Amino acid sequence: MAKYVTVQVTRREPPAPVEVTGPQCKKCRHGLQDGELEQNFHVCPYCGYHYPMPARSRVTMLADEGSVTYIGEELRPADPLEFFDMRPYPERYEEAQKETGLTESMVAALCTVAAHPVALGVMDFKFMGGSMGSVLGERFYRLAQKAIAERRALVVTASSGGARMQEGLFSLMQMAKTVTAARLVGEAGLPYITILTHPTTGGVFASWSTTSDVIIAEPGAVMQFAGSRIIEQTTREKLPADFGTSEKQLSQGQVDMVIHRHDLRDRLGSILDFLAPGSAMASAGAAANAATGAAGGER
Amino acid sequence: MADTRSYTGEALKLIKRLRELRDLPSFPDGYAEEIKRIQDRIQSLRKGGGVPSPWDVVQIARHQDRPQTLDYIAHMLPDFIELKGDRLRSDDSAIVGGMGTLGDRKIMLVGHQKGHTLEERQERSFGMARPEGYRKAMRLARLAEKFGLPLVTLVDTGGAYPGKDAEEGGQAGAIANSILTFTGLKIPTVTVVIGEGGSGGALALAVCDRVLMLENSIYSVISPEGCAALLWRDAAEGPKAAAALHLIAMDLFELGLIDGVIPEPTGGAHTNHAATAKRVMRQVQLALSELSTLNADDRLRLRHDKYLKMGRYSQG
Repeated sequence: MAKYVTVQVTRREPPAPVEVTGPQCKKCRHGLQDGELEQNFHVCPYCGYHYPMPARSRVTMLADEGSVTYIGEELRPADPLEFFDMRPYPERYEEAQKETGLTESMVAALCTVAAHPVALGVMDFKFMGGSMGSVLGERFYRLAQKAIAERRALVVTASSGGARMQEGLFSLMQMAKTVTAARLVGEAGLPYITILTHPTTGGVFASWSTTSDVIIAEPGAVMQFAGSRIIEQTTREKLPADFGTSEKQLSQGQVDMVIHRHDLRDRLGSILDFLAPGSAMASAGAAANAATGAAGGER
Repeated sequence: MADTRSYTGEALKLIKRLRELRDLPSFPDGYAEEIKRIQDRIQSLRKGGGVPSPWDVVQIARHQDRPQTLDYIAHMLPDFIELKGDRLRSDDSAIVGGMGTLGDRKIMLVGHQKGHTLEERQERSFGMARPEGYRKAMRLARLAEKFGLPLVTLVDTGGAYPGKDAEEGGQAGAIANSILTFTGLKIPTVTVVIGEGGSGGALALAVCDRVLMLENSIYSVISPEGCAALLWRDAAEGPKAAAALHLIAMDLFELGLIDGVIPEPTGGAHTNHAATAKRVMRQVQLALSELSTLNADDRLRLRHDKYLKMGRYSQG
């Protein structure tokens, strides 16, 4: 008797895609009007899925109107290793610049948020997968310097696939550079707040994004240091569907809060009310006044 | 392995000269020509017989018989007392640490331990630490700080342990906070990459006043295989990625990313642990002597300046 037999398997055709004309939400499949997503800060109005957001739109969303000045825009990537994989590195970043209209994966802005002076860094995942290279590190450092010189809070949002491989060890060193810069902000007694958005991974997750005073995460954002494929290959562990999500990170003690994008600006303002320079004294005074007032009222 | 002593000696001298030239405040006559001449000479030396390719160096750096942290401890710190545990959850044997006397100086030493035998390697997760490993390192660094012991770290890891439990235990935050801790230490700190310096898991122990590498060690943002899988879409292109990443000690020294290279004995570190340990010991002692002449504030400021200057960009 033959040990093996050949079994004919009829290959099943994949199910026909649901007929929808026009754009639709990739999560809930609900049809979307032109511009509907953009007007809703890139959150699906039907299921609440948070899409990656263009950096400049996020700056506009978070900052008080008319308060924004961009800094470090003159900084452009260099190619210190003359890195060439299947394409030269400069070709890759020039293409990313054309696609996004940005010069790098993070923009740096000076602004106010709910009237608090802020040095604001915002990453854009569309720029080479939100990878962290030397320009990001330098813009981060300049934000930190401005924060210290002008008594601003440092607020930075993460959205990253990890390190910029094409910059080799220069890229890894940006982890040390950004953490050092953020340390100086803390030593100056200024608040440092990070906002983790989908996805926050690798070297960004394991450096400046997790050394802050307060960590905010957007709903459904995935945060992982190692990639799922690497984990499954190395350990043969099957990862649950919600692995590394904001909600899981919250229950595991890794972030302070999960905040819907529509509420981010207000929440950031409320946190700064507590932590911004001088606010502890001011609010103590206000609380004392309120208490005196209440006591007076009772009398 | 061929005798590469003459190559190593001359190449190191040339790179040191190159770094001096680049650090000059102004450009003297013949500056560009001398740089070009040195670079050409380094290139021709590299092509000489017996000089290992970057991919060869990757294999030597990962050699199972290469001396590891516990071997250095055995050769360098006769009175070593091991300290264990993160005081939160567990003890991670992928990182070992403790106190000992190096020559005439009491130090704290922390390093990755991959293990030599399969059994030991499995027990120690091949030197890939979990959050508790980095938290132990932070604890020992703070202990060293409290009692004024200089901190020496030895780096030898493929990277942080990629597991569900490690991720859920805060792997990223543990690495980030280890980096943060190292940027604030007032004691002198020296690290030596003795084998593999794999990404964030290596950096977590390596943000120090002096960063040295053994000649046949590597230090990289990603493993060459991982880089090849992502950029070439083929993990078998590791040799190409190894060259492109410039992950060998000589290249990183030339790029100004590390502070020194320690030549290995003929045949490589794995052929002579005692001689390798002696060289490492001498260089670490030298670095600690230099660092101990500075006051703590200056040392800290210099460490910060070094890392704040890291990076290459253009200002267009």
